[in-house]
Amino acid sequence: MHIYADNAATTKMSKSAIDAMLPYFDVIYGNPSSLHSVGQKADEALVNARSRIAKQLGCEAKEITFTSGGSEADNQAIISAARIGEKKGKKHIISTAFEHHAVLHTLNKLEKEGFEVTLLDVHENGIVLPEQVADAVRDDTCLVTVMFANNEIGTIQPIKEIGQICRERGVLFHTDAVQAAGHIRIDVKEQNIDMLSLSAHKFHGPKGAGVLYAKKGIALTNLIEGGAQERGKRAGTENIPAVMGMAAALEDACSHIDENAKKISALRDRIIAGISEIPHSILNGDAEKRLPGNINFCFEGIEGESLLLLLDDKGVCASSGSACTSGSLDPSHVLLAIGRVHDVAHGSLRLSLSEENTEEEADYIIKSVKEVVEYLRSISPVWNDLINGKREFIIK
Amino acid sequence: MALYSEKVMDHFRNPRNVGTIENADGIGEVGNAKCGDIMKIYLKIDDGIISDVKFETFGCGSAIASSSMATELIKGKPVSEALSLTNKAVVEALDGLPAHKLHCSVLAEEAIKSALKDYYDKNGIEYDHSQFPDCESCGHCDA
Repeated sequence: MHIYADNAATTKMSKSAIDAMLPYFDVIYGNPSSLHSVGQKADEALVNARSRIAKQLGCEAKEITFTSGGSEADNQAIISAARIGEKKGKKHIISTAFEHHAVLHTLNKLEKEGFEVTLLDVHENGIVLPEQVADAVRDDTCLVTVMFANNEIGTIQPIKEIGQICRERGVLFHTDAVQAAGHIRIDVKEQNIDMLSLSAHKFHGPKGAGVLYAKKGIALTNLIEGGAQERGKRAGTENIPAVMGMAAALEDACSHIDENAKKISALRDRIIAGISEIPHSILNGDAEKRLPGNINFCFEGIEGESLLLLLDDKGVCASSGSACTSGSLDPSHVLLAIGRVHDVAHGSLRLSLSEENTEEEADYIIKSVKEVVEYLRSISPVWNDLINGKREFIIK
Repeated sequence: MALYSEKVMDHFRNPRNVGTIENADGIGEVGNAKCGDIMKIYLKIDDGIISDVKFETFGCGSAIASSSMATELIKGKPVSEALSLTNKAVVEALDGLPAHKLHCSVLAEEAIKSALKDYYDKNGIEYDHSQFPDCESCGHCDA
């Protein structure tokens, strides 16, 4: 049995996305900046992909900037908003405690430049409230950046409502939609979004391609200087094959979004129900307002990396927010942000499904997780102390 | 998985000497759950020889493998030899550990020393206190 359940990390490319890319390697291989016919054919493809992607997001083609991925888009959105803000003397940014590091580290950089950053609490259910944003907005706030859906615990944020508040207060609103795009409906106009980041490889497209949507009139700051590509806002010859793959993958994902969500969320709920039977385990993040494919649990008395390695031995690919898997001492900042203490956050497991997973696989995952958790507890001195009453359970 | 050597994966998948010993002659526990790893070592000592050793570990793959290897290295050995076990010897026996996992081998060395210290204390045997660094000396949890 080989089960891939780490689709929040990356996805397998779809056949249609691969097929859409292939001609752009050796048939239409021109540089879109070239004036000759070979180059112009590539440029036509680029124009076409841009308008198809814009259509899926509900925006105009000229509002789309192609980037190397979600991280670059996040960086550019935040830096651009900061530069716009500081010209008007506005150097306050609002975000949340559990954003992706592409956002948090960019904010850290701006703090060192003298910006002030307010990180909103995301509560135990992993959802920020629009009122918190309303309360935090100041006269000198230049940007609110809140992720559409969290990458670890999958919780979906009230984006439209936050966007509405930002509109009313005249503050730019950016959302990191890397986990949401292609999985839940996005319409930047309807949802009051000024800037949005997405990444192709999270919805069966290629790695190394992403989009920054920025509403007309928002002046972007270059992160990469050079040629005049992307209206002069992102230098470097366009990665046409990847852009074509991204356009095809996004269309594919968006045209099946409801049926996929229905199928995947049924599998998700089946797995959540099964894993919940494990004593002293807890689901991380709201049970309902979460991505169709996201499952995230903490298990008391065990550590996440050993859980992952043993699941891998059983053929299940998953992920964890334990310190050992992050390469740092601290466990996931997301789990800490929802109030999980270190002891428990080390024992976390994330499973992220796609429409390719089956019920049979779901049942195998449940069985495997149960077996591995039970085994690791059997060799854990922490578990031994817990069941002998020498240590208090944190997860009841 | 390329993260670990085959030896580490072998000791992780099939850890030797897992369990507890009733009425152990020495018990040592180091690490803490906040940092993500705890090792507990149980020793049975007869005539100055470690006749049996068991461990329980809460931790990552390298923590479990380090515990397993460390117990193998001292089983059947005189106490004096077990006392001189270094984390380096554990790492070498495992064909290496990634740099950010070296603290797991330090924890294994300290867990064994802590169990030996407990044995000395229980039996009123004199010893040189400088031989027993405490868990804090590893510095991992302060990093």
